[in-house]
Amino acid sequence: MQVTINNRPAEAREGETILELARREGHAIPTLCHMKGLLPSGACRICVVEVEGQKGLLPACSHPVQDGMVIQTHSARAVETRKTLVELLLANHPDDCLYCVRSGTCELQDLARAYGVRRRRWPAGLRHHSLDVSSPALVRDPDKCILCGKCVRACEEVMGVAAIDFTHGGSWTVIAPAYGGDLNRSPCIGCGQCIVVCPTGALRERSQLDRVCAALADPELTVVIQHAPAVSVSIAEELDLPGGQDFNPQLVAALRLLGFEYVFDTGFSADLTIMEEAAELVRRIKLGGPLPMFTSCSPGWVRWVEQARPELLPNLSTCKSPQQMMGAVIKSWFAQRKNLDPAKIFSVSVMPCTAKKAEAGRPEHAREGRADVDAVLTVRELARLIRQRGIHIQELKPEHADLPLGMRSTAGRLFGGTGGVMEAALRTAWILLTGEDSPPLRVAALHGQDGVKFATIEAGGVKLQVAVANGLRHAQTLLGEIAAGKHPELQFVEVMTCPGGCVGGGGQPIHKDGEHALERRQERINALHRIDDEGMLRRSHRNWAVNELYREFLGEPLSEKSHELLHVHRTPVLDEEDALV
Amino acid sequence: MSIEQVLARHPGRSRDHLIPLLQELQQELGFLSRPAIRQVAEHLGLPASKVWGVATFYNQFRFQPRGRFPVVVCRGTACHVKGSAAVLAALQHELKIEPGATTRDGLFSLEVVACIGACGLAPVIAVGDDYHAGVTPQQVGRILADCRRRAAEDAPTKAAVEEALA
Ligand code: SF4
Ligand code: SF4
Ligand code: FES
Repeated sequence: MQVTINNRPAEAREGETILELARREGHAIPTLCHMKGLLPSGACRICVVEVEGQKGLLPACSHPVQDGMVIQTHSARAVETRKTLVELLLANHPDDCLYCVRSGTCELQDLARAYGVRRRRWPAGLRHHSLDVSSPALVRDPDKCILCGKCVRACEEVMGVAAIDFTHGGSWTVIAPAYGGDLNRSPCIGCGQCIVVCPTGALRERSQLDRVCAALADPELTVVIQHAPAVSVSIAEELDLPGGQDFNPQLVAALRLLGFEYVFDTGFSADLTIMEEAAELVRRIKLGGPLPMFTSCSPGWVRWVEQARPELLPNLSTCKSPQQMMGAVIKSWFAQRKNLDPAKIFSVSVMPCTAKKAEAGRPEHAREGRADVDAVLTVRELARLIRQRGIHIQELKPEHADLPLGMRSTAGRLFGGTGGVMEAALRTAWILLTGEDSPPLRVAALHGQDGVKFATIEAGGVKLQVAVANGLRHAQTLLGEIAAGKHPELQFVEVMTCPGGCVGGGGQPIHKDGEHALERRQERINALHRIDDEGMLRRSHRNWAVNELYREFLGEPLSEKSHELLHVHRTPVLDEEDALV
Repeated sequence: MSIEQVLARHPGRSRDHLIPLLQELQQELGFLSRPAIRQVAEHLGLPASKVWGVATFYNQFRFQPRGRFPVVVCRGTACHVKGSAAVLAALQHELKIEPGATTRDGLFSLEVVACIGACGLAPVIAVGDDYHAGVTPQQVGRILADCRRRAAEDAPTKAAVEEALA
């Protein structure tokens, strides 16, 4: 199909929307409610364009291109209409930009600037909803909501949780959980996927930056920090540097400059997780189940199973997540080695995740009334701190993390992307099952961002059937298939709550257009894969620091001491108020 | 009729049943309780947030039981012209609740309806079965006080309670 867009001829594809054509041809059309890959909702109308011969303007995100169309994306009328729409959105929006965490990454602010909004056109008709700070993971500020509906769709269509929806109507419309309650009395799992799609400051992480800064200023405390595998491949983006590269050594240097006394790598405890989880898997296989065993490193998934599918709890690995294993080891083995009073250690973690904030606060992750991890920062919060100190991470000399808890295999790094935990686990389960240390290092079937991936690995009379669920919604699909008896021989399933795994977590950098989310996740995964391809130490069980931990302190995987520190008993979340469905 | 019985009248998971189900449940229960919302959600295979979202969209649904004295304010055109907004404001002020809500002591609930159908008496409010015509904001206090007095008179005496417990 031949069309004309902004006076230039263009070849349109069958069935594509005006927006898709325009983007492909390099003409920018603003959107607020559009979500790539989902059906258009047409809620915001900011994408309207002028098409010759059409009386009204057409919404580019939902209108298909037709042969011969003559499109103007920025005709005077389209621009004027968009400006009016922005002014209308601002009519009941608080003038909070100076105080807003999204200042600079807010799409509404961008539009107001681009369309030259210089004054309030209508008297402020501000709403006064209360701030919802009930969740340990995120804050909901409905006064800043422009009702684009993206959070609702992320929660329902991307995650399969559906904790929130449009409620009430007309000027009273507000996005809220059922029963008008707060997020902590809803099925919300704290994944933060709603935050990364929100164009404004209406959803944000529950920040713990103040607590971390206070700890850093306290001379009594030894402040230590761990950072997760998916952090060093994404933080650059939040600091306006090109994505897809690993900044691990520079990140270590930056964390030291910020005043953290010890810098550890969550890859270490990812290796430790593999040691425990592989041993657990082999024990289950030998003792007859329950199988399939599901991974337990993704707290959103764990929380969802507890509240929505408690009958699956016996299938969930009893392993704590790498964050919590590290937390427990820091305040026990490390404290003992360094002769530190655990009460005087302030343990921080940087995570690509908001659900980790909730995880760190769970009672089973504390001993003697002390949390194993005292504060969790998202990638975004850490970037704020780095910017505040004027640190240019790309200029820093590379540094090594502190030993032994900074030592990791590249298998541990793979945890950051979908399929990574499985690949890492297979490498170690292999030697346990076959007695030979010659595992398949890469399992191509587990790569990529498909919803559910399967692989069967056979050698020496041993056959392992595994699956990887990339995102909670796909895990739900897989569970449905398992319940229908479709995968009777499945033994081990990796589940990551967020699309793409931790690289797509709710604590990751926010990009104003969600257009390239998939590609960005892939870039981050590729960076992790490169680290593994180039790595010398590619198996968790060969991490000497982990082995030293076993020798000196834990004994062996699944030992009594391991159980005390690294495993949990899982119990369903009681839903006395019927609030969690 | 119980929630289950109402649900049983609507087999099938089609979303077309949603509004009729909510209406019938409200008819039966007097309001949409949390278990009612939850069971409708389960019955239709919808998230509770969705059912709640739809239900709150419509003014006809209420989510708290009616008070012993349901106060209904007519917001029809005639009543509006004669000052029903001020009457509603006075009621909200006195009862400290929004339309759709019930006071903590369970005595009063407040509702607005499009038109009671007694335009000649505007502005009109109904308190239970009693209709009050030509109401002014100033009269609101007295009307409510009457109800409170009646409630107090009906309340069992201390002696009666003791006797019942004995
Ligand atoms: S954090 Fe996740 S589960 Fe909670 S409301 Fe947002 S998208 Fe839904
Ligand atoms: S909270 Fe954010 S994402 Fe959700 S509807 Fe409002 S503006 Fe859109
Ligand atoms: S209507 Fe097209 S982006 Fe919102």
